This record gives sequence, structure tokens and C-alpha cells, in this order.
Amino acid sequence: MIPGVSLIEILAVSTLMFFIGVYGFVTRKNLITILMSLELILNGAAINFVAFNKYLYPGEPAGQFFTLFLIAVAAAEVALAIAIVINLYRRIKTVDVDNVDTLKY
Amino acid sequence: MEGYSYTIWIVLLPFLVFLLTGLSSMYIRPRLAGLIGTGGILITLLLSLLTAAQYFSTAPPESGWPTLIPFDATWLKFNDTLAVHMGILLDPISVMMLVVISVVSSMVHIYSLGYMKGEAGFARYYAFLSLFSFSMYGLVLATNLFQIYFFWELVGVSSYLLIGFYYDRPSAVAAAKKAFIVTRFADFGFLVGILLLSWYSGTFDFVMLNNPDGAAIAGAASATFMGASVLTWALVLIFMGGAGKSAMFPLHIWLPDAMEGPTPVSALIHAATMVVAGVYLVARLFPVYHLSDGPALDIVAWTGAITALFAAVIALTQDDIKRVLAYSTMSQIGYMMLALGVSGYGAEEGLGYTASMFHLFTHAMFKALLFLGAGAVIHAVHSNVMGEMGGLRRYLPITHGAFLVACLAIAGIPPFAGFFSKDEILAAALHHNPAIYGIALLVAGMTALYMFRLYFRVFWGEDRQYHHTPHEAPAVMWAPLILLAVLSAVCGFIPFGQYVTADRLPAGSHLDITIALTASGISVAGILAAMALYRKPSDRPAQIAESLSGLYRLAHRKFYIDEIYLAVTKNVLFKGIAWPAAWFDRHVVDGSMNGIAWVTTRVARAIKGIQSGQVQQYALSFVMGAVALAALFIYWLKR
Repeated sequence: MIPGVSLIEILAVSTLMFFIGVYGFVTRKNLITILMSLELILNGAAINFVAFNKYLYPGEPAGQFFTLFLIAVAAAEVALAIAIVINLYRRIKTVDVDNVDTLKY
Repeated sequence: MEGYSYTIWIVLLPFLVFLLTGLSSMYIRPRLAGLIGTGGILITLLLSLLTAAQYFSTAPPESGWPTLIPFDATWLKFNDTLAVHMGILLDPISVMMLVVISVVSSMVHIYSLGYMKGEAGFARYYAFLSLFSFSMYGLVLATNLFQIYFFWELVGVSSYLLIGFYYDRPSAVAAAKKAFIVTRFADFGFLVGILLLSWYSGTFDFVMLNNPDGAAIAGAASATFMGASVLTWALVLIFMGGAGKSAMFPLHIWLPDAMEGPTPVSALIHAATMVVAGVYLVARLFPVYHLSDGPALDIVAWTGAITALFAAVIALTQDDIKRVLAYSTMSQIGYMMLALGVSGYGAEEGLGYTASMFHLFTHAMFKALLFLGAGAVIHAVHSNVMGEMGGLRRYLPITHGAFLVACLAIAGIPPFAGFFSKDEILAAALHHNPAIYGIALLVAGMTALYMFRLYFRVFWGEDRQYHHTPHEAPAVMWAPLILLAVLSAVCGFIPFGQYVTADRLPAGSHLDITIALTASGISVAGILAAMALYRKPSDRPAQIAESLSGLYRLAHRKFYIDEIYLAVTKNVLFKGIAWPAAWFDRHVVDGSMNGIAWVTTRVARAIKGIQSGQVQQYALSFVMGAVALAALFIYWLKR
């Protein structure tokens, strides 16, 4: 509960972060920046968890636990994704997502 | 029940021999396969004779010869009321058939060791013979209609395999297919008859069906369809199956062609055992036929009489030695059917039944002998055509003697076997229907005429230009001939009426002296006519044929029955049913399937570009979808 800041304002920030992430995920061509956009999406969701917990059910820790899990999972996911990107770079000498299209019809 | 448990081996042993020789036919020496097959059948011969001795040596109880079921197992259980059993049923006719099959089959197995020597596929031949013996034993020992149908088809298959034994000859392949298709067509009627009978009576079991006081057939007798009781329809349809297997007119066309198979096979399957299965079937269900009180038995009698006459006329004009014998077989089986058809149930009335079974027994012996003798002749001169034979009595003394005995037996000359059985058939026919008696008497004379025509043309007359001097067959071939000749000569003295009667009670067999004199007189006349015409070469037979030119040509071409069948199948079945069905299949059934496949391919080709491999496109459409769904839910929640 931050004095002078309402739930709606916090949700606005998290929504903004989420859609900036989505925009980046869809438009950026570099795989690393796509990963960064993914982090924005995840963090937008994490802010929502914390905000709802703090404003609606202040006595209960469930939302905070979810957020902690989310951070851990995001860290693991990034490690994995980076490994894939590095391997991809070694193989085809590029990190441009448009060139990674072998899995099609 | 006890004491007959070994009978199971009569059926199982040939099957095991079939598996052994069939599976190893590529790896063992042919001679060994032949010896294994012969050894197996000789053991079943011993077991069959043991069964017969044990069965007939115990005196029958007051109620007549018993029906024993030493083995019975549930084979297919559909539900609580419907189950198909496999078992072994011993009663006078099945025990008699055991003896017939095992004796003829053993003789044929031994004979084939010489006749088929050096043929390609010798082991295969013995494997098929064992399969046939297994099926035939299973057929005669069947406890119920379903089991008999099962083995009925199995003998059909083994017959098909053996007719087509020389599968590199197109005529043999065609004959095998013809035999299979014609009998299969008849078996369709058989199957419908079985289903009708079992539906209305609620049982497949022979003991239940044949119980004269039982209620099993009352239901079928009371329901009617198109003016006749369902029971009559079922029995006529079952007889259709029997007529197909026994080559009764007009389903006889496969039997003469079946002579394409090896000659011992003709002796075993197409003379002595399988073709009498139809007679056996009617005899097996005889109480039902008798109690049906409808035209079923009259149909049996008239089919038999017409076939007997028709086949005898054709046999007079044929030139192929095996075809004469084939038509003679048809004629004699017609005789057996006729006897069953005129039979009643009680002691004196049941004479036809006894006579039919007696004739089946004696016919198996002398007809097998005739075929095996013909095989020895063919073996010696390498031809089937009588025109290329003559004067063979000097070269083949043993075959000649055995053949003469068989000819006398089939012509019904006392004291040979055929005389006694034929006399009983004639007596039964006279009591029942003078018209049938007249036909039977005429056929008896014609039988003597065509058999001795064959005999004189082959063994008398002038020598022909043979490629090499004909010589007597080896001992494995003439030994069975002698044994069968002895049986043909003496087995008429068996008091058959003591053992085999319609109501199971022993009845005395007696000779009707007037009929005996008439029949043998007619036979002797036939023989004398044949002697006058064929003993010395002359042009008298040709002159007679000339003076009867139309009738002769008609009979020589087998009354054009084959041509009629061909015309009907080609013009009616093919053009009317098969071709439209094929068109429908090709264009409507296949067409709709192909159409569905074509549409699927086209649609897939049109939309496959959506799967581009571009992850960001997928993500965009996913997000758009999620947004659209969210908008939809929000709109609904607002309402």
C-alpha cells in the first residue's frame, strides 16, 4: 500500500509494460531483444500479482510467493533461451528471427 | 460312452499328419512324406475298424442301436442359449462311414505311392490327402449342423486343392475353380437352411433334431412361408447343399471336370467319399425329412431319379475313360438319393434308407476300384481316351481281373456287391412309386451297358499303336486293387438291415426274387448288348449313333448344360448384376472416397502457407486471438 498511489495507477503501469513487451516481441527481429521483450511481459504480470495481493488481501502472502516463483522460473527460462540462441548462432551465424523458419510446412 | 475315447484320434491324427507333412514338405524327402501319410491313415483304419467292431459287437438295446457321444466340447459360445459344439457322434451310419472312408482312403494312400511316384509336389499331395481325410472324418462324426457345415467346407477346400493339383495346367485350374464355385453356391442354400432350421427349432444338435417325439421341430413345422412350412423350406435348402456336393442335376456340372485331378484323388474324393456327403447329410437328418410331411422327400427322390437317368445317358456316349466313370458316379449317387427319397420310417417302410446306405457302402468299394483300375490303365498307356486303348487284357492281367469284378458289381450281377444293394433300392422304389421304379430299372440296364462298353473297349478289341508295351503296375498299385476287388465281391453278403435302419431297430434283409430276376435279367441284357457291339471292332456302334444322330449329339455334348450355365452367367449374372455392381463400385463408392481425398488435398494445399515458420507471425495471431476472446468475454459480462 503506497500512500497517494491507487491500484488503478499501478495496473496501468503493468498493462503498459505488458503491451510494450508484446509489441517488442512481435516487431523486433533480434532474438536477444525478443527475449528482453519477453522479460517485460513476465514482469508486467508479476507487478499485477504483487499489486493485487497488497491492495485486496493485505494479510496473505500468496501473491508474493507467486511472484518469487515467477522470478525463479524467468531466470531459468532465460538461461535456457540464451543457450538456444547461442547454439543457433553457432550453427547459422545469425540471431535474426526471420532466418529461423525451417519448421514449416 | 466309455471305451470310445480313442475315436478322437481318428480325427486328430490325419490333421497332425497334414501339419507335419505340409509344413515340412520342402525339407523332407518326398518318399518319407508319403510313408508318414500312409502310416497315419493306416492307424486310423485300424482305429475305425476297432470302433466298428466294438460298436456292432455289443447287442443293441430294445430301443435300437444307440447314439453315443464320446467327446463333446463347446467350441464357440455366443451366449447362454447359442453355442456351437465340436464333438464325435457314433451311430450306425457314422460308424459305417468311418469304415468306408478309412478303407478307401488307405487304399488310395498306398496306391498313390506307386501312381504319383516321381511327380513334383509328391509331399504336397500327401499333405492334401491327409487334410481331406481329416475333414471327411470330422464331417461324418459331426454332432451338430454347424460342425457338419464347417467340415463340409473343409472337404470342399481339399477337393479344390487336389483337383487343382497340377496347377500349371490351365484346364485343371479352371476345373478346380468351377468345382469350388458351384459347390460353394449350393452351400449358400445349405447355410440358409441351417439358419432357418436352427432358428425355428432352437438347436443345431442332431440328437435333439432327430428325436421323433421331440418338440424341437414342431415350431418349424407350424410356421409357414409361401404355401409350405418353414421346415420344408429349410430341408429343401439343406438338400440343395447336399445336391451340390453330391453332383445332383442341375448342380452336377463340376464333377466331370473334377477328373482333371490325379486319378487316385478321383477315386477317393469324387467317387467314394466326398460326393456321397450329400447322401449322408440327408440320411443324417432323415427323421426330420420324414417328419416334415411335406414335399422335401419327394424332391430328394425325383432329383435322384432324374440325375440317375440323365447321367447314365451321358455316360453311354463319352469317350474319356474317367468321364464315363464320373457320370456313372453321378448316376449311382442319384440311385442313393432316390432310395432315401422313397423311404419311410418304420421297419418295412424304412427299406429305402437301409438300401441307400448299403448302396453307398458297396458303391464306395467298387467305384474306388474302378477308378484305381482306370488309373492303372492310364498309367500303362498314358492316355485317358478309350479310342487309344484296346486289347489290354493281355498286358494288364491283374488290373483286368479286378476291373471285371468291379464292372460285374456295378452292373448288379449276383453274387457281387452291387446286386444286393441295387435289389433293395428297386424293391423300395417299387413299394413307393412305380414311375421311379421304372426309371431305376432302366438305369440299371444302362449301367450294365455303359460299364461293359468301357470294359470291352479298353480290355478287348484290337491292340493299338502303343509308344511302348503296356506293363502291369507295381505291387503297391495292384495290391489295393485286389483287396478292393475282394471287398466288392463279398461285401454284398453283409446283413445290412441288421445294422443300419431308419428307426435303428434291426430288421431282416430279404431278397425279393421277382425284382432280383428282373434286375439281373436287364443287366445281363445290357452286358450282352455291350458284348455284341464292342467286343470285336465293328462299325455297328457308329451306325447306331448315326441313326440317333440328334439324340446322340445331345448326349455326347452333355445336353449342353455347361453351355446353358455359361450363357446364363454371361448374359444374366455378368451383364445384369456383376457389371452394374462393378460400375457402382468403381464410380460411386470409389468415386466418393476419391472425391473426399481430392477435396482434402486441395484445401490443404491452399491453406498450408499459414504455417510459415515465422514465430512472430504465430505470436501476433495468438495475441490477436487472445484480445478478441477477451473483448468477447467482457462484452458478455457487461450484458
